[in-house]
Amino acid sequence: MPLPQRQSPLTMMALVEIDRLTKQFTRGGGLLGHRTTVSAVDDVSFSIDAGETFGLVGESGSGKTTTGRCVLRLIEPTSGSVRFAGEDMLAFAPERLRAARRDMQIVFQDPYASLNPRMRAREIVEEPLIIHRLGSRSERRERAAELFHLVGLDAAHLERYPHQFSGGQRQRIGLARALALHPKFVVLDEPVSALDVSVQAQVVNLLLDLQSRLQLTYLFIAHDLRLVEHICRRVAVMYRGRIVEMGQTAAIFAAPRHPYTRTLLSAVPQLDPDLRPARAPLDPSTFDQRANLREVGTGHFAAV
Amino acid sequence: MTTASEPVLSVRELTAVFDLPSGPATAVDSVSFDIAAGETLGLVGESGSGKSVTALSIVRLLRAPGRMSGGHVRFKDVDLRTLSEPQMRAVRGRQIGFVFQEPMTALDPVYTVGAQIGEALRVHGLAHGAAARARALELLEAVRIPNAGVRLDDYPHQLSGGMRQRVCIAIAIACRPQLLIADEPTTALDVTIQAEILDLLREMRRSLGLAMLLITHDLGVIAETADRVAVMYAGRIVEQGPVRDVLRDPQHPYTRGLLTSLPGSGRGGRLQPIDGAVPMLGAFPSGCTFHPRCPDRLDVCDSAVPGPVRTSPERMVRCFLHDARYGHAAPTAAVSSDDDGAR
Repeated sequence: MPLPQRQSPLTMMALVEIDRLTKQFTRGGGLLGHRTTVSAVDDVSFSIDAGETFGLVGESGSGKTTTGRCVLRLIEPTSGSVRFAGEDMLAFAPERLRAARRDMQIVFQDPYASLNPRMRAREIVEEPLIIHRLGSRSERRERAAELFHLVGLDAAHLERYPHQFSGGQRQRIGLARALALHPKFVVLDEPVSALDVSVQAQVVNLLLDLQSRLQLTYLFIAHDLRLVEHICRRVAVMYRGRIVEMGQTAAIFAAPRHPYTRTLLSAVPQLDPDLRPARAPLDPSTFDQRANLREVGTGHFAAV
Repeated sequence: MTTASEPVLSVRELTAVFDLPSGPATAVDSVSFDIAAGETLGLVGESGSGKSVTALSIVRLLRAPGRMSGGHVRFKDVDLRTLSEPQMRAVRGRQIGFVFQEPMTALDPVYTVGAQIGEALRVHGLAHGAAARARALELLEAVRIPNAGVRLDDYPHQLSGGMRQRVCIAIAIACRPQLLIADEPTTALDVTIQAEILDLLREMRRSLGLAMLLITHDLGVIAETADRVAVMYAGRIVEQGPVRDVLRDPQHPYTRGLLTSLPGSGRGGRLQPIDGAVPMLGAFPSGCTFHPRCPDRLDVCDSAVPGPVRTSPERMVRCFLHDARYGHAAPTAAVSSDDDGAR
């Protein structure tokens, strides 16, 4: 393998540390409008250990996707810090950031919209190598075939266009592209939500296999709580831009402490018709939305 | 529910084709089911299974290149295929209500909520003017929209997704239909809002005695909301029966695969997917359309289409494993259960 291989140190230390991350969007301010500032992400802190899958759950507008993008600086945070392998990402100059991006990648939700329909699968997978000026033409071709194989696709189909693949296969192409530069950390933003149920499990298994083979660290952003419960070691629950609960997935699902977490978990449809869940409707007036997280159990935090 | 009453909707051998450039492609093949008053039938399937095409065919809204090519749809005592278009229009919206996936596209952005509910009443000659407005208010309250009196004059964009879907439900039930067709009514909504809408649909069905056809890809939604379920795969209903029985003891390999591929209680570890991909319209496999992905396929499965096998008075499965001539799984037990007093 002629491309540079880098060691990924797998120690039980935080690979990604997010501290007091805030992202404000300003809207209005047109002819007559008043400018209003909305905190999409509001004072969010968490850390992800090397090799773990950390889940970020919440509903639309909770700020989970914005958080994921701020972590990669795809969106510039308003304040706070993001440390990757001990280094302050937000202090990086553009050149340094570009180099650092090789270590961190993202897979998007929609395998239809996230692949350029006019590019062949091979070009899509090779593009990161070209951008980072890695390898010769033949080396890149070899790497593309290797990546196709890695994600369970047939290298004979490298010259096909995205529309010639099924949704599950397209998501595999997105994954191959994300893995082209040997990243250590991958943000998975709803990676299986757009797929058919019977195909979701295939992609989930692939993600699990790749994680153990390549020692990857995942930030898994999802609204499917059953899936999050299955694959995430730790999880943070977001509500209106803030983390309201965080800790070991098993502990939170067994005994949620924040009213919003209770509402969210009680809303998940159960597969057993005899288990009609007792809904816990949310009444925002019953809790302090500005409350800070405090430890309510070992490694279990809730804003109560 | 197994009431002895006549079904509100009775679909028999419904078949629909799409005229593609490559020739006609069967999208829905011999689909049959009944729905009684007060009963919810869940129609579950993945993309391209034909569940939405089935719904559109029932109300004759399937547009070219699609067309219903065979079968019967009986709504109460009327064969819907024999009605003229004006007669059919009087049935749609009046006696059969609809709720779709995207409340924003289902609503007209330039009319207020009150005007849109009022229009449904006016079109069907049920109320006008102040009476329509009063009834619209009543309906918004029925679907539990807070401050209904104020909301009446709101435009759709002023409402949240969940509130918009409540408005759609209000419109759907405005003319007191006997049948409600809900096509992925909660798919675009957050899970907490989904729970509220499902609770509301259940309540409406109960209070209005509606027959409901609930179309979804989510077995959890089925488990919570439906009485019976029909599982569709690549154009056919492969299994049908009471929700509890089908989810506890799936008889078709596809249903079983669908259930085992979901993340369950076991944390970590690999899931058990169904191999392969959902076939696209025009490329449905021969024989049983599930055979290329089936872990239990027999020699016969790629050439012959399995007919419906009744495995209990309330259950049907289309699979050769349950056909006494080929299967060795459970078929004989199922057949004999009909004869030894299970009826």
